[in-house]
Amino acid sequence: MEPLAKIGELVTDCLAYLGSLAFLIGGAAYSAFVGPFRGKPFRWQRALSQAMEIGVRALPILSLITFFIGLILALQSAYELRKLGALSLVATAVAISVTRELGPLITAILVIGRSGSAFAAEIGTMRITEEIDALETMAIEPVDFLVAPKFLAMVVMMPCLTIWANTMGILGGSLFGVAQADFTWVRYMRSSLDALYLHDITTGLIKSVMFGITITAVGCYEGLSTSGGAEEIGRSTTRAVVMSIFLVIAVDLVFTALFFFAGES
Amino acid sequence: MAESKKESERTDGPMISVRDLRVQYGEREILHGISFDVARSETLVILGGSGSGKSTLLRALVGLQKPSAGQIWMRGQDIADVTHRGLDEIRKKIGMSFQGGALFGSMTVGENVALPLREHAKLEESTIEIIVRLKLDQVGLTGFENYMPSELSGGMKKRAAVARALAMDPDILFFDEPSAGLDPIIAAGIDHLINQLKKAFHMTIIVVTHELASAFLIADRMVLIDKGQIVAMGTTEEMRSSTQPRVRQFLDRVAESEVTQELNYLQMLTEGIAGTSRMAGWKRGL
Repeated sequence: MEPLAKIGELVTDCLAYLGSLAFLIGGAAYSAFVGPFRGKPFRWQRALSQAMEIGVRALPILSLITFFIGLILALQSAYELRKLGALSLVATAVAISVTRELGPLITAILVIGRSGSAFAAEIGTMRITEEIDALETMAIEPVDFLVAPKFLAMVVMMPCLTIWANTMGILGGSLFGVAQADFTWVRYMRSSLDALYLHDITTGLIKSVMFGITITAVGCYEGLSTSGGAEEIGRSTTRAVVMSIFLVIAVDLVFTALFFFAGES
Repeated sequence: MAESKKESERTDGPMISVRDLRVQYGEREILHGISFDVARSETLVILGGSGSGKSTLLRALVGLQKPSAGQIWMRGQDIADVTHRGLDEIRKKIGMSFQGGALFGSMTVGENVALPLREHAKLEESTIEIIVRLKLDQVGLTGFENYMPSELSGGMKKRAAVARALAMDPDILFFDEPSAGLDPIIAAGIDHLINQLKKAFHMTIIVVTHELASAFLIADRMVLIDKGQIVAMGTTEEMRSSTQPRVRQFLDRVAESEVTQELNYLQMLTEGIAGTSRMAGWKRGL
């Protein structure tokens, strides 16, 4: 009975956690999309500065990482394809795996490291220094003021970053294609584009939006539930990163399965 | 008509009225039935040692902590039993200065002060800028609007926090440990500021502190809280002349061990431990 009770407790804890995330992000979505039509202020400046931080400042490192990933993918797939004498399929292999899976996923992992952790640390610090309490006593809803601009910026920037990541990944693959597989730049790009269907790109972009929502929810929730002293901020940040990575992969699995069984694969 | 009569009755009554307030954290009750009134334009100082429940009381008064029982009437409305929107409307008329200032680190001092105005008052940007300068001038921080909070000293941060609390022209101002962490000269400056605000704007001010010197300087009335209960309440003179042991202990700064009686101490050591009740009984028989 004891292990069963423990499992039950674990399941209810997990459901409660997911419920809290959904509640938080529901509030943020309401504030971002419905609130402005009901007389609440639309904090576009805060959303814009978040978009700069989440999106634009992530571009250099994202470009480098996804370029390398594209190159690595080309090398790994060439290892097998060469045996079959099908080295010309390198472009197809890289394009499909980058746009359908690795582009959105690598972008999400990078955004977790840069922004998800920063959300938890920023909001956690504000919790400890009573800034969240100060917002409440000024009749400013912390979810509207802090979470909603981050949510809006994330929902817009994640697909943009993913498109950029896909492009850089394909460019990375093309370096191998041109250097080792007798492609020209133009022919490599044409092969990549020929291999892709529109739904390969759209499924990746839909996933990237879901990843963005997950990262915002976990980062902000962990920040808001920080209590105690300064050492708790570190714990919240760690929890935000670990939990975001886990949930992003879980969301990835759910959506990949959904697209597969919906016959869109 | 009846409504307006009721409203006028309310404005004649106390500004804040707390009745049988109880606050629980989980199973543990922190405040055990607190009742007091604060009159209009009065400065009430809530005194108490660490862990006495005074900060919890302040959090309950500004609606940051939901009471488990009791009422907090603020300007005629029970904030323990009001909707979220109703609570926000009440909060727009109160100002709160937090212990560490709680200024937003990512905004300048001016933006901090302007924040409640930008959020709630539909004013021209130029008007907001004038109000910000005025509020900073009132707390002695003229010309500091473009500084970041990290560039200010502890005392200046508290002054900036007061300026932000004053932004919406509140009727009631709350201070949490205004002189904590400040040297005596800077702390005296903050006390002077509170007295100035009292004189100039006839505000109702509630200060939570454990600093005696500062408390006697600013208070009209005082409440001493110990272990979640009100031990004494009265004017500064009444408190000074009180003979109540707990008040004397607090005011005369007597350490806890010096007043703990031998019997109580033995009871505390033996309480709940099997086989020791006989010993406590034996001691009681002495």
